[in-house]
Amino acid sequence: MKTFGLKALGCAALVASTFTALPVWAETTLTAVMQAPLRSLDPHLSTAQIVRTHGFMVFETLLGMDDKYQPQPQMADFAVSDDMLTYTFTLRDGLQWHDGTPVVAEDAVASINRWSQKDGSGGTMMTYVESIEATSDKVLTIKLKSPFAPLLELLAKPSPIPAFIMPKRLADTPVGEQVIEMVGSGPFKFVADEYRPGDQAVYVKNMDYTPREEPSSWTAGAKVVNVDKVVWQAMPDMQTSINAIQSGDVDLIEQVTIDLLPLLAMNDEVETGIKNPLGAQVTGRFNHRLPPFDNPQVRKAVMYALDQETIMQTAIGNPDFFQLCPSIYGCEVPLASDVGAEYLAGTADERMAKAKEILAASGYDGTPVLMMQPTDLTVLTTQPIVAAERMREAGFTVDVASMDWSTLQSRKNGWQPVADGGWNFFFTYWGVAGIWNPLVHSLINGSGDDNSWAGWPVNARIEELRAAYLTAGSLDEQKEIAKEIQKITWDDAFYFNAGEFKSVAAWRTELKDVPAGPITLFWGVSK
Amino acid sequence: MLSYFLRRLLTAIPVMFFVAVFIFLLLRLTPGDPAQAIAGDQATPAQLEQIRESLGLNEPLSTQFFTWVGRMAKGDFGQSLISQQPVLQMIGQRIGPTIALALTAMGLTVLISLPMGVLAAWRHGGLTDRAVMAFSVIGFSVPIFVIGYVLIGVFAVNLRWFPVQGYKPLADGFWPFAHRIFLPGLALASIYIALVSRMTRASMLEVLREDYVRTARAKGLSEIVVLFRHALRNAAIPILTVVGTGFAMMISGVVVTETVFNIPGLGRLVVDAVLARDYPLIQAIILLTAGTYVVINLLIDLSYALTDPRIRYQ
Repeated sequence: MKTFGLKALGCAALVASTFTALPVWAETTLTAVMQAPLRSLDPHLSTAQIVRTHGFMVFETLLGMDDKYQPQPQMADFAVSDDMLTYTFTLRDGLQWHDGTPVVAEDAVASINRWSQKDGSGGTMMTYVESIEATSDKVLTIKLKSPFAPLLELLAKPSPIPAFIMPKRLADTPVGEQVIEMVGSGPFKFVADEYRPGDQAVYVKNMDYTPREEPSSWTAGAKVVNVDKVVWQAMPDMQTSINAIQSGDVDLIEQVTIDLLPLLAMNDEVETGIKNPLGAQVTGRFNHRLPPFDNPQVRKAVMYALDQETIMQTAIGNPDFFQLCPSIYGCEVPLASDVGAEYLAGTADERMAKAKEILAASGYDGTPVLMMQPTDLTVLTTQPIVAAERMREAGFTVDVASMDWSTLQSRKNGWQPVADGGWNFFFTYWGVAGIWNPLVHSLINGSGDDNSWAGWPVNARIEELRAAYLTAGSLDEQKEIAKEIQKITWDDAFYFNAGEFKSVAAWRTELKDVPAGPITLFWGVSK
Repeated sequence: MLSYFLRRLLTAIPVMFFVAVFIFLLLRLTPGDPAQAIAGDQATPAQLEQIRESLGLNEPLSTQFFTWVGRMAKGDFGQSLISQQPVLQMIGQRIGPTIALALTAMGLTVLISLPMGVLAAWRHGGLTDRAVMAFSVIGFSVPIFVIGYVLIGVFAVNLRWFPVQGYKPLADGFWPFAHRIFLPGLALASIYIALVSRMTRASMLEVLREDYVRTARAKGLSEIVVLFRHALRNAAIPILTVVGTGFAMMISGVVVTETVFNIPGLGRLVVDAVLARDYPLIQAIILLTAGTYVVINLLIDLSYALTDPRIRYQ
């Protein structure tokens, strides 16, 4: 009995020493304030940036995009036939859904079918597709009617709607209906019980996820999760977010208002920097169907009257965070070029003189221009005021109509006369990943089709070039086509490219290796 | 009393119906499109049309209205168009912080403003009275968000006595709850402290001139007893009215405080819903707010009878 007692005491001491020797396990939670609250979940249905980022937490794509803009294997390795008509994708080992069932090729077939009904470029791709079939549980084959060069790029693209792969039972949800059950195969699991739409979204590390072995690069390569939990906390007031990161309540702010950066510069515990190298381009869109902008000369007068630097100075302020360039695909992407630079050359005064000259010769009869101004979207509130002043100086009659963003979005889809609720001009902005080539770029659609994005320009040549881009065999050929498209968009004044700005993130110094990417990435980072 | 209570409840039905019709039509006449909020800025008209079709937004207005009313009659307030979650569940997630904030603010209002008002009336024309009135003017004049930021700057950022933002439910413990709700409660209460202290002062000044107060003093009662038992009770009816309607206004007007202190309450929910044109959610919250006003007004009326025995309801 005595011996037993001693043994027990010894065991207890051993156990106690073991626990003492091991570090105490503590859950690592990364709390982030994102650029917008998450209100809907279906990443096939929404083009909103926050839904896209949510999609990359929970789901994966067959291919990822690396920082050289190249598609790379992600869920699947791929092979392309010599005639460029057959693409074979083989799912990598160990893939499984968050409910424990294995990922099979049928899931990918259903997902690509659903995605292609929602994504414009995916729809274009399907016109080249003869069949998409699951030839086994692990192999997916896409057969084309004729070569379609950007196929891999489309399956890897991070924006506006990435080709996320879902379980077939979810991907079979009818078009127009939202998928609300978040079962993916990605590195994080969505915690539905803790989700409060518009306020909080919670993700936990997917312990069953096996990362690829290649180094991580944007959405390609290894997605190694180093935190146990990620909480997205909505904060409608930026000053509150700044207070919260300074006090340690949050670890990361996805986009800090540029004006408030000096507040963080004084704090040694917070770092700031550009983590999305692509940025976003501000665009002023004409309604080509209504007077006065149905006249290309009147539009051209606006192109000279508006001034990139004035607009970006007013909207962003700090030149470290904006860039001026004529490229309609983004200033630093492979297709970027200086075509159209003559429209931005000279001083603002010289360009204004030219605008007056063109407008005088255009036959403009003083028809008022209705410019829509969103009042609840800080980054787009100032441009209409500056633009309206410049246009008035050039000789235009301009009415600025203030409204909330939701009203503007709805109103932009109608082409009825201004008196009946129509519009002539408004500003918006596009993440560069959503405009970086002629296939995904919605603003250069020259079909004039009712179903194209608001503005409805008509130009037969640009449509030919967009079609040619789809079959271009090399990057050089793509670049040449892209240049000619860019020239037309400037000459025919499709829209005014008002410059590019970068988003600045802030994070506490406890966070290490915050990765760069076309969206905010939560793998790779540790705390 | 019971029949009065039931009659008042019955009269609330047409009020609520009118509110329902009004808010339904108002929302449909407001420009904006929930489908756009779901699909995002880059969606094409065809994609938006598919979403509108699936949400039933292309149905005639009368069909949409009677479908909604029919569901409500069965206790089903519908689903959010944007998140697809039941609206009652969403309101349930958010109403707790708002009620906690409003109750805290009202508690602080009563605790601070009643003594202030009584003191100002008692020392009418003196330095104390002037100080209370000056405080009152500041409370009225300075917007809540300014008071909120000043409180955060002083007590949270500099002194670090309180957290800068966020909310903990009472279920997480009293101290975490109180620690986070105190500053927003105080910021929200500022305007009501100003209002109720002025109202208390004015009402008390009337009463303090009455003969029975003089009689109470002549009987040798202490000033505390004279002020709080005799005068304040008789001055209570207008104060109760302000406190009651103030509470209802707090429930429906906490947006700024919730935003500044990042409290996930009903105010922020309704602003989000309006910006996204989430019709079922807005309709449910407005009806809930209207119902709150009706109930609080009824409770105020009933409280008159408790404080003034001369008032009886038939």
